Amino acid sequence: MVLVLGGLWIGQNVNLLPVDASANAPIYDELFRVLFSIGAILFLGILGLVIFSLIRFRRREGQLADGLAIEGNLPLEVLWTAVPAIVVLFIGLFSYDIYERMGGMAPLGHDAMTQTSASASSSVQRVWGGIGTPALSTTTEAALAPPLPVEVTAMQFAFLFRYPQGDFISGELHVPVGQPVTLAMEAKDVIHAFWVPEFRLKQDVIPGQPTVLNFTPTRAGRYPIVCAELCGPYHGGMRSTVVVEDQQAFDAWFAQNDKLSATST
Amino acid sequence: MTATLTPQAESSRPPSLQPHGWLRYLSFSVDHKVIGLQYLVCGFAFYLIGGALAGAIRTELASPLSDFMPREVYNQVLTLHGTVMIFLWIVPVVNGAFGNYLIPFYVGARDMAFPRLNAVAFWLIPPAGLLLISSYFITGAAQSGWTAYPPLSLTTPAIGQIIWILSVLLLGGSSIFGGINFIATILKLRRPGLKLMQLPMYCWAMLGTSILVVLSTPVLAGTLILLSFDIVAHTGFFNPGMGGNVVVYQHLFWFYSHPAVYIMVLPAFGLVSEILPVHCRKPLFGYATMVVSIMAIVVLGLVVWAHHMFTSGTPPWMRLFFTIATAFIAVPTGIKFFNWLATLWGGRISLNSAVLFSCGFIVNFVLGGITGVALAQVPFDVHVHDTYFVVAHFHYIVYGGSVFVIFASIYHWYPKVTGRMLNEPLGRLHFLITFIGFNLCFAPQHWLGLNGMPRRVAEYDPQFAFINQLSSVGALLMAISTLPFLWNVIASAFQGEIAGDNPWRALTPEWLTSSPPPVENWRGEAPLVTEPYGYGVAADELDLKAASGRDLWSSGR
Repeated sequence: MVLVLGGLWIGQNVNLLPVDASANAPIYDELFRVLFSIGAILFLGILGLVIFSLIRFRRREGQLADGLAIEGNLPLEVLWTAVPAIVVLFIGLFSYDIYERMGGMAPLGHDAMTQTSASASSSVQRVWGGIGTPALSTTTEAALAPPLPVEVTAMQFAFLFRYPQGDFISGELHVPVGQPVTLAMEAKDVIHAFWVPEFRLKQDVIPGQPTVLNFTPTRAGRYPIVCAELCGPYHGGMRSTVVVEDQQAFDAWFAQNDKLSATST
Repeated sequence: MTATLTPQAESSRPPSLQPHGWLRYLSFSVDHKVIGLQYLVCGFAFYLIGGALAGAIRTELASPLSDFMPREVYNQVLTLHGTVMIFLWIVPVVNGAFGNYLIPFYVGARDMAFPRLNAVAFWLIPPAGLLLISSYFITGAAQSGWTAYPPLSLTTPAIGQIIWILSVLLLGGSSIFGGINFIATILKLRRPGLKLMQLPMYCWAMLGTSILVVLSTPVLAGTLILLSFDIVAHTGFFNPGMGGNVVVYQHLFWFYSHPAVYIMVLPAFGLVSEILPVHCRKPLFGYATMVVSIMAIVVLGLVVWAHHMFTSGTPPWMRLFFTIATAFIAVPTGIKFFNWLATLWGGRISLNSAVLFSCGFIVNFVLGGITGVALAQVPFDVHVHDTYFVVAHFHYIVYGGSVFVIFASIYHWYPKVTGRMLNEPLGRLHFLITFIGFNLCFAPQHWLGLNGMPRRVAEYDPQFAFINQLSSVGALLMAISTLPFLWNVIASAFQGEIAGDNPWRALTPEWLTSSPPPVENWRGEAPLVTEPYGYGVAADELDLKAASGRDLWSSGR
């Protein structure tokens, strides 16, 4: 009982994660807290059992006899088969639910396909979907704002961000708070991975497989974009920054770089 | 190193073509015990090399800048570290070393089913290992990690990658030869009268492991051959520029490399099941459920590979299936751990080094298992995949799990192998430094991964510097912990207390012969041990007997 309460307390109060800055980060954190509580209860329980057994049942001076000849206990064995099975099943269903809320179960590339094929106009190849937040974007105010399309090119050892609406290329990803973003990602040479720890999102960018990643930033700030797949000697230096800013700042930045300003406005 | 394991020479030995004395450890011996020790010592030498490579990695990561070695060299070092530790240390030692030494005893045989194949399997390892290490000095080793994902492995310097493929193919071949041999020995060479369900648990673990080896290693071999075609002959199997598909490589690679985890830990599970009952003076709890859970792990282990690929464009249904399958491995694994805890419960536990390392294994592996179930959940994995969280997780499995068990097993079987006891206080010191160093090194890495440090990087954000330095201190402690161990095994070989045939009063058949055992294992007929875990006293006669449990010397019950 103490163990369970302690585990729950640890799960709720020990924060090991960076700040959450995207719409799916709080959902992720919910899953993390549940996993962390269950894990803490299990680990502390077993650690306690081992230490207790080692002290309580240690061989003392002068003891020569064997321990009790217990070869098994069916009810006990059924219990510790059933309980983990139920816990695992619960975690599986819970994470399935979380996954669905993150938009991961959206059929492969269907939403994304229509969006990108509208802009790219010739997408005969299959577009591989990434995890994203299309489910959220239809329910919140984002439904009003169309997603901001950005084309991401990953190469040794940099990310390039092309804004098709302005026809310019940037080394940093600028996105406005609260507006869904659709990244159409492509790798030039080897596998890279697009990871923003504060967004709790990661997607491999695989050569030959156009990939789409959706997310909605919720908190202004500058966050690192990290390449998470070994891509060569300068893998550790392959980083960029995502700048989440309010709409005015974003518009100002966009206008400054816009090459299509005459036609786009 | 060979000197440490050289037992007293037999005085009256029948003439044979096999060399005698210490020379046989350098020869093409077909004696399973010699081959087992060859595996162990050779594996340990590579462990020291892999450990030195790990030391180089931790030195580089002690500061946020890439300042200790060039970046290309860093990638070579991490590739070699992974490959050496997996293919030259853990797999050969938990399978080859202990399997060869113990399995013939356990089934009541005088040798393995195919002694010559057995010797070939071992002698593939030193040249393959030397080839791998020498590639660093000749042209530079492979730089694409032990996973060798294309297209990176196609674009990094070709010679290093080809040598890497060659040596892994040789090591895989050795592993397959060993697996076939174990299956044949366990199923076909059992002493008449010995039933499958009377075998010690390590036999079951090795049977399961060998099934995995035989089913999955050929897939790796085929994959690597295709990869080498891509590199040498410029074919396009995995080259997206030529219409190839890199995700196919990942599927094929992990179809072997996830079962490889079980190839590394299932034998460790078996060894712990042998060690704990002896030192707790209790029967192994739940024999039948142990067997069933091993086989369940074998079956499930074959269908979970795609959980390594949750971020690489897998369809949603596949992510869901592999999540559920992976998480369910926790059930049979959990059964085994609860059974070991129940074996400890109510025992008369000798707190010696073998038990301490086994219990250290339980604690470490439970933590690694919990993070494993968490990693199986797609949404969780999407954040921490390819980060230091994963690095921490799998080191808890393979170091905190398998390597701790290797040490426990050395403490347990050293008296049998050499006829002398190891120094107990030094052993406990070894355990203490290893346990503290290991946890100091790897526990903080969970936090690093959660907060944004990817794996396989030579440089990182300055905010992670302190935790990385803590981790490096832990690595230094782990390096230091090897010293008392090395001193212990070398010194005790010459001046250790004489062990006698059965210092632990154990019941399994390897203890029912002299220490060290003669060639062909027993002087007379092999003993029939139908209750390998018949320790303990029934509750009603607790105080009547002072000494050990049932006497099972009788070979013809």
